[in-house]
Amino acid sequence: MPEILVEAHPIDAVFRTDRLPHIFCPGCGIGPTMHAYAQAILESGIPKDQHACVSGIGCTARVPGYMDVDSYHTTHGRSIPFALAIALVKPEMEVTVFSGDGDLFGIGGNHFIHAARRNVDINVICINNFNYGMTGGQAGPTLPLGAKATTAPYGNTEPPFNLPYLAAACGAVFVARWTALHVRQLKDAILRAMQKKGFTFIEVLSPCPVGFGSPNDIGDAIEEVWLYRERCVVNHDAYLPDLEIDLRRKDVPFVMGNFVDIDKAPFDPLAMMKNKGE
Amino acid sequence: MSDQERVLTGSHFLLGDHACAEGAMAAGCDLFAGYPITPSTETAERLALRMPAVGAIFLQMEDELASMSALVGASLAGARAMSATSGPGFALMMENIGMAAMMEAPCVVVNIQRGAPSTGLPTLVGQSDMMQCKWGSHGDYEIVAYSPSSPQECFDHVIKAFNTADRWRIPVFVMADELIGHMTERVVIPPADQIPRVERKRPRHKPGDPSFLHCLAEDEDLVPPIVHAGEGYRVNFDSLTHDEKGYPATFPDPHDRLVRRLVNKIRLHTDQIMEYEEIFLDDAELAVIAYGSTARSARRAVNEARKDGIRVGLLRLITVWPFPENKVRELSKQVKAFVVPEVNLGQMSRETERFTSLPVIGVNHAGGVMMAPDPIFDTIREVAKNA
Amino acid sequence: MRHDIRVAGFGGQGMLLAGLLIGKAAALYDGKEAVLTQSYGPEARGGASNADVIIDDDPIDYPLITRPDYFVAMFQEAYERYRPVMVKDGILLIESDLVKPWPDEGPYRGIPATRVAEELGRRIVANVVMVGFFSGATGLISAHAGEQAIRNTLRPRLVDLNLKAFNAGYEYAKKQEAS
Repeated sequence: MPEILVEAHPIDAVFRTDRLPHIFCPGCGIGPTMHAYAQAILESGIPKDQHACVSGIGCTARVPGYMDVDSYHTTHGRSIPFALAIALVKPEMEVTVFSGDGDLFGIGGNHFIHAARRNVDINVICINNFNYGMTGGQAGPTLPLGAKATTAPYGNTEPPFNLPYLAAACGAVFVARWTALHVRQLKDAILRAMQKKGFTFIEVLSPCPVGFGSPNDIGDAIEEVWLYRERCVVNHDAYLPDLEIDLRRKDVPFVMGNFVDIDKAPFDPLAMMKNKGE
Repeated sequence: MSDQERVLTGSHFLLGDHACAEGAMAAGCDLFAGYPITPSTETAERLALRMPAVGAIFLQMEDELASMSALVGASLAGARAMSATSGPGFALMMENIGMAAMMEAPCVVVNIQRGAPSTGLPTLVGQSDMMQCKWGSHGDYEIVAYSPSSPQECFDHVIKAFNTADRWRIPVFVMADELIGHMTERVVIPPADQIPRVERKRPRHKPGDPSFLHCLAEDEDLVPPIVHAGEGYRVNFDSLTHDEKGYPATFPDPHDRLVRRLVNKIRLHTDQIMEYEEIFLDDAELAVIAYGSTARSARRAVNEARKDGIRVGLLRLITVWPFPENKVRELSKQVKAFVVPEVNLGQMSRETERFTSLPVIGVNHAGGVMMAPDPIFDTIREVAKNA
Repeated sequence: MRHDIRVAGFGGQGMLLAGLLIGKAAALYDGKEAVLTQSYGPEARGGASNADVIIDDDPIDYPLITRPDYFVAMFQEAYERYRPVMVKDGILLIESDLVKPWPDEGPYRGIPATRVAEELGRRIVANVVMVGFFSGATGLISAHAGEQAIRNTLRPRLVDLNLKAFNAGYEYAKKQEAS
């Protein structure tokens, strides 16, 4: 028996173990996604010193603080321009933004669409748990129609963003959606994003038993996970406008996949100067 | 890139906004991130032309929120970073000016002030962002702000701003105004090797040294050494209250320790930072305090009053923040009153009142036109008569 | 001694360049102090447009002009707008084809700058013809300084034409004095 015990898990090498355990609730999807990101860092072949992890504010935004890479926990919504600047000043670095749906698409939406349009060489991993978890379960820009939140007690009346469709329309070179259950596919998608030059986007549907599950009569984390599992279908060639999430229509699946994987010159502010010499 | 391309050594007839841009070039600005806004846009336009030619990064961002965030990111990646804006854009930057203060990310923002509040007077002069610049972001923190009175000073002050920012790890502002930004005057640019450059304090520890606490200020100046992205230190920078290791520490004690240090690193060293010019103050019975474009009119008014035999002097602020409180205290033992002209309804005059029990007489209007010498002169004469 | 100069015309006549050349010539090549300001208000678009230059032997404190000592009018509307604020006995220079002075106007000097420019092949250099005329008629900037300012301001391919324009204006003033 003793020979199978190890001092440290291999993945500890990419965590700040002195900061663990993390603050995420039991059943939350951020932990598994963080694990997938850590595994992707290990497998990326890019030295830890060349990874940077940037976040805004919210539960998900705590992730960089646990990663043993250059990490930046910035202000609410502003992680993308911060990451953009690091990526331009240090082009050899692999810069990943790891934040939540409210941070990236509520308060930070403008930065997202412009960074995608510019095709800045950064990766954006968005935990989408449909609500503002850290402030106590308020409605977010991805909250499905009819779903409840502390600021939508009668049910949400606003149509939510379809994030993969939005990212693709803005020009992202890689767009994927998985759930926090799909740890292997998720890790592969993150790895693919790290390999790509340009703006990549991965949406991770994540259970939030406290902020989203509870007001929507989803008993616990396991039940929320089952909900995802039962309704998920993988279709890499899905028609992106169809990716909307509607909890009320049980006949409509949650579509997962790596939807976009194209090549396009990444943003280079000096591109015109370089072309001049040719 | 050659210094020759970076530093346009020689005499030029330059717009104030352009002089700000040339100051950034000469200071070795690596990255500019901004958003067009009158009356500062000419700075961005000039840098859009000049920076790519020397391999530096010019970014027109989607807004000033992004510009300021990019400045902090660039700064912590090792770049000298600057933006230029005016009041409405400055307001949007406040959120991440706080982040720059909290993360101790050196950076420079030029504010070409216009008439305010709100959209106000986009093309016309104002000096009403002085308190916004000091207190605009939430919380206690300290900044430094320069106030150029000429295109030459636009150039000089931007260089000072970069050096002060790097020396103390703070955001530094160049609080010009529309009149200065849009006037053209001779600017002498020295040879590249005569441009002063202060380097950031770097850690003595090697990457990986577990005893290295990157937010610990071991030196008397209270400034911790800065580490840059990609150097192998793999540390955490946090907008949350953090401990010496850079980890979140959201409790009263670490908070007080951190915020007190952020404040004290400037408050305890103002004598090393503060700059002003004294004109005819030696025998003055009356002191005028002025800055920016208004200082030019104040100089004329003081000269005219001297011709009339009034013993008046001028304290011209070069740094508006920190404010020369000790100088005001000292002058209070000598003069009978202070006259503070400014193109706002009394911002620095109120600051002056904090450090003297003497009468402080403001000469004010809300903006749109440069303060003329006449109302300053008339006030000097009036105050001298009654003093 | 301080000289307040206002150069005014209509938008598109290049009044800012004219002011820039005058100020630059004085500040960089005649060893004097000079300040250039212009109005940035919405009125700068179309209608009257002006540039204000101050030339002084000593450093200039107050950079604005309220009552010009020298007034260069390139267009009727600009003349009518600013003529009343010119100081008494100020020096008036006009574009003689485009400005019709009031009947009670005092002494002034004029040049058909646009026509002179057209003779050089490009009416767009009328502003620089006027700068040359200003130099010749007032002596506030030297011909050498004016030429240097042109060489160091305009794109290389435009320098020759503008030097010709400046000289044409300058000579016109000198001939006018001789006659």
